[in-house]
Amino acid sequence: MKVSYYPGCSLHATGKEYDQSMKAVSRALNIELKEVEDWSCCGASSAHSTNFDLSIALSARNLIAAEKNAMDVMVPCAACFNRFKMAEHHLKADKDLKAKIEGVVGAKYQGGIAIRNPIDIIFNEIGLDTLAAKVVKPLAGLKPVSYYGCLLLRPPEVCEFENYENPFMLDKMMGVIGADVKNWSYKTDCCGGSLAISKTSIVVDMCDKLMSAAKEAGANCVVTACPLCMANLDMRPSSGLKLPVFYFTELISLAMGLTGSAETFKSHMFDPQPLMRQLRLI
Amino acid sequence: METFLEEVNKKIHGVPLQACYHCRKCTAGCPTAAHMEYNPNKVIKMIQNGQKEKVLASSTIWLCLSCETCITRCPNQVDIARMMDVLRQMAIESGVGAREKNILKFHEAFLAGIKRGGRINEPMMMAQYKFTSGDLFSDVAMAPGMFLKGKLSLLSPRTKDMKSVKNIFEKTKSI
Repeated sequence: MKVSYYPGCSLHATGKEYDQSMKAVSRALNIELKEVEDWSCCGASSAHSTNFDLSIALSARNLIAAEKNAMDVMVPCAACFNRFKMAEHHLKADKDLKAKIEGVVGAKYQGGIAIRNPIDIIFNEIGLDTLAAKVVKPLAGLKPVSYYGCLLLRPPEVCEFENYENPFMLDKMMGVIGADVKNWSYKTDCCGGSLAISKTSIVVDMCDKLMSAAKEAGANCVVTACPLCMANLDMRPSSGLKLPVFYFTELISLAMGLTGSAETFKSHMFDPQPLMRQLRLI
Repeated sequence: METFLEEVNKKIHGVPLQACYHCRKCTAGCPTAAHMEYNPNKVIKMIQNGQKEKVLASSTIWLCLSCETCITRCPNQVDIARMMDVLRQMAIESGVGAREKNILKFHEAFLAGIKRGGRINEPMMMAQYKFTSGDLFSDVAMAPGMFLKGKLSLLSPRTKDMKSVKNIFEKTKSI
């Protein structure tokens, strides 16, 4: 299949492992990515926290740019995905707002393309059977908990994610690539998101709670699909509580035996390589 | 004259806050409620009571993470996360400002980054935040490691059509 690709700012910086592994996995699963032309930031938390019209307009600029490709747009970053879905929701529900925002952006919004996150695309379009058939190195010994966070799931009528209180798509994918996924009750809890820099102590507490719960569930790592969750969980927990954190695409890439899979592990702040070596996975 | 409740309801543009029957499910699921001076449902009560100054000057509205757990679980679909956005914007526009000054300074630095290059360059954004907030030393120890691992770069690609981005800021009268 062919989709538009909106990487967003994080995937070119702190979340570069997600971008690299997403592209590798997409290639191997025959998903052709065409980057949205001259994209700009979605506005993230800072726009909607301070100016509603700005938040919708910044996302609309990118949705309009993506519409030129006339294909569904894949948005790996959970924060960008959430802002795009939110903009789509408001623009489709409110004609006056749509007219106002089109005036601000200087172009028409059609609303004809679907905004999709890669979990949905791999699970529902590619399918677990196809994924299973491509596994050459099952990740035996890896015991992740799946961490979905907030922005892929909520609010449910906007994000349209299956089973938003107890999602399972990541869990099933990790199972298919040979990991022993642990169940836990914190799949959809918040990591502290954008307060990491301006209110660090709150975020440290939240990340400590998540890591303690992951350990209690018997996990030896955490798997995520959000660069904000990754940044917080990778850097903020107190020293005794840290566990390696992976983007789900890094693990799929490794299980599929794709060239350069282990490279992205080197740029994590909390080094996952000792665990991977111990399990003979790298 | 428009009451505070009417003003907030109009801006939320959805289910009116009167639909809240204070079951406190929002507060029970809120990850930062323990750090707030007023719980989310208390904020609704205060709006109903017309306590505008207290609400806009509270830390609560800035500590909301927009995790959207409240709206997901509210039995009456009261959009509390949107309400918090509305209150923050009202605090800025009315000149009350932010009780949690650094949280707003972070947002300002972030938006200035978009205005500058269309996309966020994290080192530049952090530099601006640190200078304006005066919070110079936190996280500095992490920076060299992040540079070495290629997670931070001073030169990241920008949006080419910056005119269209700047237009958005001008036309929405953003800070």
